Amino acid sequence: MAETFQNLMLGFSVALQPSILVYAVVGCLIGTLVGMMPGLGPLAGISLLLPATFGLNPIVAIVLLAGVYYGAMYGGSTTSILMRIPGEAASVMTCIDGYAMTQNGRGGPALAIAAIGSFVAGTAGVVGLMLLAPTLADWALRFGPPEYTALLLIGLFILAYMSGGSMLKTLAMAALGLMLGMIGIDVMTGYTRFSLGIVELGDGVGIVPVAVGLFGVSEILLTAGAVAAPEVQRPRLRDLVPSGEEFRRSAGPVARGSLLGFMIGIIPGSAHIISSFVSYGIERRISKHPERFGNGAIEGVAGPESANNAAATGAFVPMMALGIPTSPVTAVMIAAIMVHGILPGPMLIQTQPELFWGFVASMYVGNVVLLILNLPMVGVFVNILRIPYGYLYPCILCFCIVGTYSVSNSLVDVWILLIMGAIGYALRKFGYDLAPVALGLVLAPMLELSLRQSLTMSAGDYGIFLERPIATTMLGLGVVLLLFALKPLVFKSKDWRSEVGLEKQ
Amino acid sequence: MTSEPSSIERKRGGLKSDQLSGLMLLALALYVGWENRAYPVGTLQEPGPGYMPLILVVFLGATGLLIALWGAKSAPLASMNWTEAARAVVILVACGVATFALERIGYRLTVIALLIFFLGVIERKRPLPVALVAAGFSFASFYIVGDLLHVPLPRSPWGF
Repeated sequence: MAETFQNLMLGFSVALQPSILVYAVVGCLIGTLVGMMPGLGPLAGISLLLPATFGLNPIVAIVLLAGVYYGAMYGGSTTSILMRIPGEAASVMTCIDGYAMTQNGRGGPALAIAAIGSFVAGTAGVVGLMLLAPTLADWALRFGPPEYTALLLIGLFILAYMSGGSMLKTLAMAALGLMLGMIGIDVMTGYTRFSLGIVELGDGVGIVPVAVGLFGVSEILLTAGAVAAPEVQRPRLRDLVPSGEEFRRSAGPVARGSLLGFMIGIIPGSAHIISSFVSYGIERRISKHPERFGNGAIEGVAGPESANNAAATGAFVPMMALGIPTSPVTAVMIAAIMVHGILPGPMLIQTQPELFWGFVASMYVGNVVLLILNLPMVGVFVNILRIPYGYLYPCILCFCIVGTYSVSNSLVDVWILLIMGAIGYALRKFGYDLAPVALGLVLAPMLELSLRQSLTMSAGDYGIFLERPIATTMLGLGVVLLLFALKPLVFKSKDWRSEVGLEKQ
Repeated sequence: MTSEPSSIERKRGGLKSDQLSGLMLLALALYVGWENRAYPVGTLQEPGPGYMPLILVVFLGATGLLIALWGAKSAPLASMNWTEAARAVVILVACGVATFALERIGYRLTVIALLIFFLGVIERKRPLPVALVAAGFSFASFYIVGDLLHVPLPRSPWGF
């Protein structure tokens, strides 16, 4: 514990440097704006800002991108509460009771509780990250290729089980993403695969054009027709203070949302989205007055908002400790660190303590910055929502193109962006979840390498996965989850999605 | 699966949305499997570059087939709403033309032309705001991304 405290002090000595503090504030500001804009979620925002971080030192780069991430998580809630427009997917559940509160004249307290809940959950999440990541990293030093293969496979199984839609569709999308990850030079043999004769594809398909295309461009293609600017309320500072009763009702949901969100955040998939759905379902279920939900229950704002912010922090645990991204956002952040020649993984905390602990401390700072910035400035931020969407989406599209181009100054990346935008549009029309595609793309090289190394180690015997206790346990758990996921398909029973109302959204 | 269809829609014949999407995935898997013939699969002791793609082809093909088989109860293809599709195609084509032009006429001219097309032609906004937004966004974004963040953005042959 003393060592953790000492390391945290080291982190604060890094994070409180004026230059890093400025980037944390800038990141939070950009993130809040990005989160409020329909079509630009945290992933698109981080991807677009990625090239700008190439010239920065790695600590500043990751602090800036992390600020954008949790700033966007908060920004999304503002549009949900005031306009019933989720700035990003994790805020969908906040729309229901948040907007009802606005209609009842309690929009200000809803915003305040969302900000306070996000602050509490974000801070609790950082404490969890601080305590869990070093322990996990120490444990992961025992991992060989079979354990990594099992870990990546269990990640995909959990993704299938926890996905918001059909399990089969999620698995198909994960396979599609893994296939995209096969494009390029095979690191073990030097073969160039599926490159269609395009030299640039020898390096593989980048995460940025795929992520921005699937999430940013496809959203614009789906919504470009809706041009009317909705009515926006501008709450005054004095209207933001919640009543004692609202504080009392929010305390439990914030605590539960923080814990639940952090736990879900560690596992792969669209954790911040799933956690807000699950939190809302739980709050509605345990409430003595479930009929209040949908009509302006403050618990329906406090729970999901806390959960999605805690999940955003939880996602950093496997990223920092294992070097494994559990979401497209953390995948892009890993890319940002790797550009500087730093390899995230179990050794990161030992070899780059300033980076890890500086990042942890900057998240504490970022949470305080968000709380200070967002409440007094909410009236300023909502002005952006007055810009008609007809003006906004062409500019967002131009940002998508220039952001993607500037990653490697390649027009091939821009073509990939547009193709992925079209594919993402079609897949969303057919009800497919896109997060597994981006995740599969990132995990593919790791999975292929560890699988082939495992088979080479065992002279082609798949039994190696059953001979090593850690790998066997993880695979066993994965199979159990897969069977649970298959149960509703075979027995036509309800699964957890319908229990929390996820499929209806 | 895709949006819950009404009982009348269910009874209506024709291809269902999940059936089509499942078959498309199956077709993609078959295509990749065909392309994968060029790479040695290797042996279990020493898997080659075609080994992992082959596993994925089988997996994607199987899930695609299952989606198609289970998709009989999904929404009929004819009931899907494609009202925004024409606009989406126009947007994509315009972006494609802009991509083609980007390294030929430079970032600023490309973005000005693209924004004039989106705002003036597609959104039918008034000429003055269109001109101001197009020129303002183009120059401001070039200044922020190109000059402040030192990202090399393409210039036109005339140095502009």
